[in-house]
Amino acid sequence: MDEMKTDVLEYVKDEYVDDEDEEVTFDTPLISSGLVDSFSMVSLKTFIEKKYSLKLSDEEATPQAFDTVNSIVELVRKHTG
Amino acid sequence: MAYSDAVRAEFAGEIEGIREKGLYKEKRFIWSSQGAEIDVEFPEGAGHAKALNFCANNYLGLSSHPDVIAAAHETLDDRGYGMSSVRFICGTQDIHRELQDRVSEFLGMEATLLFPSCMDANAGVFEAVLGADDVIIADRLIHASLVDGIRLCSAQYDTFKHMDMKHLRKKLELHSDKRRTLVVTDGVFSMDGDLAPIDEMCDLCDEYGAMLLVDDSHASGFIGPKGRGTHEHFGVMDRVDIITTTFGKALGGASGGCVSGRRELVELCRQKARPYLFSNSLAPVIVGATIRVIELLSSSTERRDKLEKNTAYFREQITAAGLNIREGETPIVPVMLYNAKLANDMARDMYAEGIYVIGFFFPVVPAGQARIRVQLSAAHEKEHIDKCVEAFRKVGEKYGILGLDKKGIVDKYGL
Ligand SMILES: Cc1ncc(COP(=O)(O)O)c(C=O)c1O
Repeated sequence: MDEMKTDVLEYVKDEYVDDEDEEVTFDTPLISSGLVDSFSMVSLKTFIEKKYSLKLSDEEATPQAFDTVNSIVELVRKHTG
Repeated sequence: MAYSDAVRAEFAGEIEGIREKGLYKEKRFIWSSQGAEIDVEFPEGAGHAKALNFCANNYLGLSSHPDVIAAAHETLDDRGYGMSSVRFICGTQDIHRELQDRVSEFLGMEATLLFPSCMDANAGVFEAVLGADDVIIADRLIHASLVDGIRLCSAQYDTFKHMDMKHLRKKLELHSDKRRTLVVTDGVFSMDGDLAPIDEMCDLCDEYGAMLLVDDSHASGFIGPKGRGTHEHFGVMDRVDIITTTFGKALGGASGGCVSGRRELVELCRQKARPYLFSNSLAPVIVGATIRVIELLSSSTERRDKLEKNTAYFREQITAAGLNIREGETPIVPVMLYNAKLANDMARDMYAEGIYVIGFFFPVVPAGQARIRVQLSAAHEKEHIDKCVEAFRKVGEKYGILGLDKKGIVDKYGL
């Protein structure tokens, strides 16, 4: 199991999903589906920056880049190498 | 030519895109003054039709109240039409000061500063009082104007789940290393009509040394026993640090807004808030009429009492008719339909029945939570409410949703 992916998914569920039954996977659209709005996205960005000790610019932390757990992890990997 | 055919076509394409997504806002024209019964031209160019208005923010029915209109006339004659100046140059009359003092007294706050609108108050207040070492922690469903204001400010920000106090505590804990913390919420949320638990928020703010800002635009004038707002409702009148509110809804409905709160914070807004410094002064006629509104509301609770009665009656009748509403006690009553097309279709059919209401769907409300939002007013009489409920019953029957809960409606129409 990919630990980074599971950690990010865990955070997303905890932070944004109220309905226990709602299924969220690595490629569930978060922003484009309305599950996470662009205003609330900030907590996710802060979490990522803290957890992986990096700084994401506004150009990188776009709603597109943050749309799925997979794409977020891809972005993080670009930084952590 | 800079605005070439190609450029024009690009912009036209963008508008078409809005239309294709079903998000295009149609034009609607009202030929009468604002009130319970209005004269509507819709669609554009169609003949006028009389309709009962259940979608105005005219909660107290003061938009066309004779005393308010008389005060406007008097002020117009006395103080002229416009100020042609921002407040701090030569745009402040004695009546601007008087209105600020009256608002402070009415809301029970230390000081007040007028803005051209509450949108402007919200756009200016954060930048004026906070800096990069500070953090704003906001409810996820706050009004768009607060979101914009927060984004204009250099402070860091974070959000908590809608009205979830456990989550707010978690965020206060997480940000306890910041210099100053400001918690932000709407008093009454405009789409759901629910009341933020301001009392619990005050306790949490005390515990973590945070300040609290409440946008009471949908509460000032009618929530609380004397209509002072959500802080009165929850018995915490001296514990909220900043209230922003509008004169464009219950308080006469013309326009204008304010920041009301701790003396130093209001003074900082006067010195630094950009919409205050760089936008024209509120017109004297609005100032004079709003003073009269505050006088009316301070001398009698009759109008907010009638609104409360109307609200309770509507909520009871609409539920008995078999429609599914979001529970609550405010005059904002969402009739839940979940499916966007259903909300739109039913609102159109309601209009054909002479009831003016609007369907709301994503992105105005979260996806899968489409609704028709009904707003009660003290201007409504029992017959108006009965007619509205009867129209909902008739239209609801047509779509086969009476007596259905969320699951029933979603099974039938999807999300
Ligand atoms: C919660 C809230 N705040 C602020 C505003 C903006 O008020 P104004 O019309 O005075 O700009 C609105 C109006 O839609 C609102 O609902």
